Amino acid sequence: MSKRIADMLADRGTRKLLVPFFTVGYPTFKRSLDLVRAAVDEGADMVELGMPFSDPMADGPQIQFSSQVALKNDTTLKSVLKAVSDLRQTINVPLILMGYVNPIVAYSEKRFLADAANAGADGLIIPDLPVDEAKSFKSVADSHGLSTIFLVSPTSNKERVEQIDGLSTDFVYAVTVTGVTGSGRKFGRETDDYLKRLKQTLRQPYVAGFGVSSAESACRLTRYADGVVIGSKLIGLIREAKSSREAVSRVAGFLRTIRRAI
Amino acid sequence: MAGESKRMPDKKGRFGPYGGRYVPETVIYALDELERCYRQFKKDRRFRSELKGLLADFVGRPTPLYYAERLTAFLKGPEIYFKREDLNHTGAHKINNTVGQILLAQRMGKKRIIAETGAGQHGLATATVCARFGMSCIVYMGTEDMKRQKPNVEKMRLLGAKVVPVTSGSATLKDATSEALRDWVTNVRSTFYVLGSVVGPHPYPMIVRDFQTIIGRETRRQSLRLFKTPPDAIIACVGGGSNALGIFADFLKDDQVKLIGVEAAGYGLTSGQHAAPLAKGKPGVLHGAFSYLIYDDDGQVILPHSISAGLDYPGVGPEHSLLKDSGRVTYGTVTDAEALRAFEQVSRLEGIIPALETSHALAWLMKHKRKFKKNEKIVVCLSGRGDKDMPIVASAGMLDE
Ligand SMILES: Cc1ncc(COP(=O)(O)O)c(C=O)c1O
Repeated sequence: MSKRIADMLADRGTRKLLVPFFTVGYPTFKRSLDLVRAAVDEGADMVELGMPFSDPMADGPQIQFSSQVALKNDTTLKSVLKAVSDLRQTINVPLILMGYVNPIVAYSEKRFLADAANAGADGLIIPDLPVDEAKSFKSVADSHGLSTIFLVSPTSNKERVEQIDGLSTDFVYAVTVTGVTGSGRKFGRETDDYLKRLKQTLRQPYVAGFGVSSAESACRLTRYADGVVIGSKLIGLIREAKSSREAVSRVAGFLRTIRRAI
Repeated sequence: MAGESKRMPDKKGRFGPYGGRYVPETVIYALDELERCYRQFKKDRRFRSELKGLLADFVGRPTPLYYAERLTAFLKGPEIYFKREDLNHTGAHKINNTVGQILLAQRMGKKRIIAETGAGQHGLATATVCARFGMSCIVYMGTEDMKRQKPNVEKMRLLGAKVVPVTSGSATLKDATSEALRDWVTNVRSTFYVLGSVVGPHPYPMIVRDFQTIIGRETRRQSLRLFKTPPDAIIACVGGGSNALGIFADFLKDDQVKLIGVEAAGYGLTSGQHAAPLAKGKPGVLHGAFSYLIYDDDGQVILPHSISAGLDYPGVGPEHSLLKDSGRVTYGTVTDAEALRAFEQVSRLEGIIPALETSHALAWLMKHKRKFKKNEKIVVCLSGRGDKDMPIVASAGMLDE
């Protein structure tokens, strides 16, 4: 349980949560930190920091791309932890680490979670670690005061939704559609029904992510969800920009639009 | 060890510490559904008899256990026998598994089939059963492999499959598998993923092993008839490890039968360019399972290398990881150059062109013949035929006059 997350959730009132995602080390280490700071200035309630992996099976083309660039820039879990402690000098929003199991195995789960807590991280999301495999991870994370956020999917039955709710700390992450990150599908009635069902079943708040690409989609999701996660869309904006200044201003502008809309 | 393989994996899909389900939540329900259906149909009379009929009349089983007389004379070592999986329809053991999985897909009402492929043998075997059952088939294949296994790409297309080129990473089997998994996460409700080896999340390593176990069961029967005993040793190549487990599983309890798995050493184990996770890797997680894997100090998967597309994979099935740790199976390695030499020698000595994957098992035996006594009976799993490899051996200069 992270105090920063708990305080943020307690103070939010009726505000919906804006949660941008950035890959650490993309486009460069320093610029990824600039992007995070700009996002916080635009009112991000939390930030997800992507830890790049060579074989990101839950990710679509944009995050695959940003991960590859980050790896070419020699981004490691050590750099991710350095990013967290650098950011902690100036920002106070919760920082959630998102990445895959294998780099954590290589680092050693115990040491990594201890170091992450020391650096000032607040929680973790590991898309290839479903609740069934998360027993030791969960107990070590708990012992360091780190939140574990598990994903629910449209294919999770009621029993699993309850199990995921029970093992998640502070909030749950709802995958909006069956698919990988950034899948550009329109959200329809089916998504509404699913999110409504989650609202009824979950005891904790939840944020919705995967494929949120416009103010319209963010509004639709936050009719039921407590917030939205935006990742691939931001990577796309950074990719299109001709300079790092332009990247920051595009990302800031987009987040401003969403902040106003939700 | 008796009966171990029958009880493995445990309820959570674990072979000792290995295996499990490291996959996105979205596909968990599909893995549950697959496991439920598999356990139900495994015992079902009609399912079993339909599978048996197809294996006999469509695949062409049983495959012979063949005495490799000239190779034996040439090596002046133990007696060598080939379990002729190359004589299966489509030319490799892969179809034993795809026939089984397509029957499951049919019973589960899934009409869209996806598969990953490296050498193209699994893709071809999947495209073949899809044609036979009128299902739509999409095969993910790395562009590097599409080049070096071109004959198989053409066959898959002829059979009506869509071959989707994968360019990410090393553009080989690893990346094709990631892409197939991404497709499955997206289209999970309509789609059956026909996985090609004893890898991936539970229950795949169990299902693929069980469908391949026919190789070992026949080998036992044939050995008892020919030798009056089981063979003294069995040798098989290991990519993901399905032909190896297929022929080993029925002999795990016979402690006197030596079992040897052969991984690809590529340019050499010290070159950093190989595909030998059991020899040089550490336990890690890729494509849904905890198993030996080659990765760097930061946990990033190292691009593997093997001249053989079917062995060019950084991971290995979780049951092999346990069999390595327990010591029941001995694992060795063979380089590209050694495999090529065996490919040529066996072609000329036996009139059988073995797949480059299989050539690794043959090369290991040729290199280590002194480990065996003269009258010992050695079975090599001749997992597939080598015509698909003509572009590779041509560019290696083997066909020059
Ligand atoms: C002929 C042949 N043998 C062996 C393999 C390796 O796979 P496995 O280790 O699962 O048997 C392949 C894979 O494509 C193959 O085509």
